[in-house]
Amino acid sequence: MATQFVIDGLKAAIEGKEILKGINLEIKGGEIHAIMGPNGTGKSTLASALMGHPKYEVTEGTAVLNGEDLLEMAVDERARAGLFLAMQYPSEIPGVTNSDFLRSAINARREEGSEISLIKFIRQMEGKMKELEMNPEFAHRYLNEGFSGGEKKRNEILQMTLLDPKIVVLDEIDSGLDIDALKIVSNGVNAMRSEDRGFLIITHYQRLLNYITPDFVHVMMQGRIVKSGGPELAQRLENEGYDWVKEELGIVDETVGQA
Amino acid sequence: MSTQLSTPTDRQSAEALARSKGEPQWLVDLRGEAAELAGTLEWPKPEKIRIDRWNLTAVGNYEQGQAAASVGELPSVVTELVAEGTESLIVQQNSTIAWKQVSAELAAKGVIFTDLETACKEHADLVQPYLFKAIDKGDNKLTALHAALWNGGVFVYVPRNVEVELPLQAILYNNKSEAAFAPHILIVAESNSKVTYVDYVVSEPGTTTEPFVHHSVVEVFVKSGAHVRFGSIHHMADNGVDLTLRRSIIENDGRMEWVIGDLNDGNTLSDTTSHLKGNGSNSDAKVITIGQNDQKMSLTTQAVHFGRSSESDMVTRAVMKDSATAIINGITKIEKGATKANGVQTEKVLMLSPKARGDANPILLIDEDDVKAGHAASVGQVNPEQVYYLMSRGITKQDAERLIIYGFLAPVVSEIPIDAVREQLQRLLERKLEG
Repeated sequence: MATQFVIDGLKAAIEGKEILKGINLEIKGGEIHAIMGPNGTGKSTLASALMGHPKYEVTEGTAVLNGEDLLEMAVDERARAGLFLAMQYPSEIPGVTNSDFLRSAINARREEGSEISLIKFIRQMEGKMKELEMNPEFAHRYLNEGFSGGEKKRNEILQMTLLDPKIVVLDEIDSGLDIDALKIVSNGVNAMRSEDRGFLIITHYQRLLNYITPDFVHVMMQGRIVKSGGPELAQRLENEGYDWVKEELGIVDETVGQA
Repeated sequence: MSTQLSTPTDRQSAEALARSKGEPQWLVDLRGEAAELAGTLEWPKPEKIRIDRWNLTAVGNYEQGQAAASVGELPSVVTELVAEGTESLIVQQNSTIAWKQVSAELAAKGVIFTDLETACKEHADLVQPYLFKAIDKGDNKLTALHAALWNGGVFVYVPRNVEVELPLQAILYNNKSEAAFAPHILIVAESNSKVTYVDYVVSEPGTTTEPFVHHSVVEVFVKSGAHVRFGSIHHMADNGVDLTLRRSIIENDGRMEWVIGDLNDGNTLSDTTSHLKGNGSNSDAKVITIGQNDQKMSLTTQAVHFGRSSESDMVTRAVMKDSATAIINGITKIEKGATKANGVQTEKVLMLSPKARGDANPILLIDEDDVKAGHAASVGQVNPEQVYYLMSRGITKQDAERLIIYGFLAPVVSEIPIDAVREQLQRLLERKLEG
């Protein structure tokens, strides 16, 4: 079945404050969607609400992946159903090695008794790490502990490639990356493009989209998608900023939920 | 004397026991003096824990055990800790020798690895100058009682410039509540020598049906430029009380490493102290514990700096379950004259139950201006952000929490230098965390 992901009327709040005011978006396998917008407009809230971060409360709407509403599921079930979120601020977990963590994540998708063999796992992990130009020693380091910003982002991409998700959400994957790392990360994403996988890329800079060409670009303001278009929309935002969008739509303050 | 009632020995019986075992006169005298002191001294008074409410008098009676004909004959609580091909091993049942062997190569280099009672007879010249010199027998009722009643135990002597590659291993177990279990561990590492010693102190499951007390003193002498690694896992039954005091005296440029797992099921008093006597001396202490049911624990790590440019690092990690209590004290003391000393300490407590109690008390006592010292202490629950992150990769909540808790204890587990002991420690942690 070709992947189909439909977000319908999604509203979400943090500490009682509504941030997402009704998001509608459809992503099909093979498509790359980009969500752009200034800071404070609800982009990262969308990512966190889809994944099920405990601080965000979904108040309305559905997010249906291949017939199943992710919002009805626990966080780990969403992941096993095929959702992957590359996080803006990945947690550091002392004492848990990257490789133990990755193997646990892979095995969580397998039946008891059919766990991945250690040899096969190491071969896969080392192969992917090489593609991402990661130092092999990162396999034995504690998960994200003491990693630089760029190393954490590469580690997120490593997880994505090993877990083979159906819908990938990249939340500000480009922040904190120098140009070389940006290229490596982009190559990692491009190599994962396929007919049965959809992408949602959240960014406020256009530069990432020079390396990953989106099929659709959406602008988010005030907790809603206010404008959608093709790659040319990203180009115009890069050249002219967001003011023209605000003017066109009569928006004075584009942020949402800020004190 | 009113305190006499709470002291389960006296000069006469301590001396009589020592003579019956054929101990040298100096040791008979030491025991007699100690027994008399025990009648007059008070129990130690650790912070916020009333150990005088524990059953401290069930120290048992000396019982001579049987030596085993082979390691394979020993109970599984022992054999599962011994790797194939282990060359240097001491096993004691109720503090009497059940098995001992030392590699011929080490013996040829002058390394001594034997039970302390034998060492007192055969190597008095090497034992007497050190026994109860790191810890004074007159410190308190516990040290005095131990000096009067210790038995079995281990003596390690490493001559100058000798490096012992493989760890020396001891397994000390009890299988009868009425039998005395009171090992004294004495390690002397001469200048520029190097040695690793690992012991496992354990009750054979299902055998200790009555309350008992295990009292133990560890003394380590690290001479100039020497390096001693000391690993110890304690896992005694819930009706046992473990009273263990550890001290090392570290001379110029010497290095001491402590790796301690206080994993008893019963009440525990554990004090691990390094005296950084020499210039450039260095001490590193790592302690883990898991508190469960209603057990009470007082865990202290201490570094006392005398030497210039001496350095200490202390880490304690505690996982607290059920209604267990742990009072965790970290004491960094820097004496006047210990210029350029650097002492850091971290105590972290992970609370898994609202009824458990875990107090982290970092204490810095500094009498010198030109030093560095730091401390960090935290008491918290499993971090929900970390759980979320792991779950977002498909890992179940239960597995996510498990990974985080094991990760919390990993700094000590990964330091255990004997594979068989480390694997056994892993199984023990699993049992304690999931049981």
